[in-house]
Amino acid sequence: MTDKQGNLPANWLERYSRNILLPGVGGRGQRRLLAARVAVVGLGGLGSPAALYLAASGVGTLDLIDSDAVELSNLQRQILHGTPDLGRPKTASAGEALARLNPGVHLNLHAERLDSGNAAELLGKADVILDGSDNFATRYLVNETAVRLGRPLVTASLFRFEGQAAVFLNAGGPEEPCYRCLFPVPPPAGALPSCQEAGILGSVAGLLGTIQATEALKLLLGIGEPLTGRVLGVDALSMEFTTLRVRRNPACPLHGAESSMLPPFHPSDST
Amino acid sequence: MPHNPPAASFLDITGDVCPMTYVKTKIALEDLAPGEVLAVLLRGTEPLRNVTQSCTLDGHTVLRQDSGEDGCTRILIRRGTDD
Repeated sequence: MTDKQGNLPANWLERYSRNILLPGVGGRGQRRLLAARVAVVGLGGLGSPAALYLAASGVGTLDLIDSDAVELSNLQRQILHGTPDLGRPKTASAGEALARLNPGVHLNLHAERLDSGNAAELLGKADVILDGSDNFATRYLVNETAVRLGRPLVTASLFRFEGQAAVFLNAGGPEEPCYRCLFPVPPPAGALPSCQEAGILGSVAGLLGTIQATEALKLLLGIGEPLTGRVLGVDALSMEFTTLRVRRNPACPLHGAESSMLPPFHPSDST
Repeated sequence: MPHNPPAASFLDITGDVCPMTYVKTKIALEDLAPGEVLAVLLRGTEPLRNVTQSCTLDGHTVLRQDSGEDGCTRILIRRGTDD
């Protein structure tokens, strides 16, 4: 977010004062955020709150990726978009909302579908990849790209009143799991409703997207214990939070000797 | 009178209110090496309490406070090893 001379934005001390006051953040941490770059895949129920908090926190550059247009049924939870945005590209309404919140953030808008041909280019410059997509095909592609690029992935998913979140550092550690270790195969077509078909309490999307933003900020700042090696489950009806350990799956095609010969993945779910 | 090392830097926050008083103090301390001393001029009892307490919580040491009749206080803070 600095200009070409490396100067910090005007009034940055006041805008980010509540960050700077935090132990472990300070001016140095805020400068790290201002110089950081996060890719947000999907500007829906998860990506909306995540992008809003990342922009508000002063993450300097956001790569925003979504090929969809705003629909009326989105507005119950996708808080980047408003009623006047119906029919517009989500990247356009998201860009306006985020620029209004924090005009200092540099936004790269990509109104295109992530695919194997563009994934490395669209995700490759980010320090952290945040997956807010709503289908397994994109999730697997984001994971595979993050593993190959060696970039941390912050993932989450939603189902009715529940959500899950996890962080995969993809730092090359011998025991490190990845998203596909946790979910080795996609569910058969039709076994699960897509996000567009299933009911989701909007505030639960906000809860999980905000957890993703928090994990991304922790990674960028180098503070705390990231949500790695475990998956967080949230049940909003009982308001119980549980964590399950996640280990590397020896049969995962993304690890081991076969990883460079990864079998092609043919998505059966393209919602 | 105990000997205090000379201040490596000086900060005037008499025109600021909480929390910017400590935000500016924290940034100024970050620019010093551990063990170096920052002199801060502030106004009123509330900034004095907040800044000195926050410095202590963050691992710095308040070496000295000199209050003047104009309501301003000059404090000397030795930077700790942690931010």
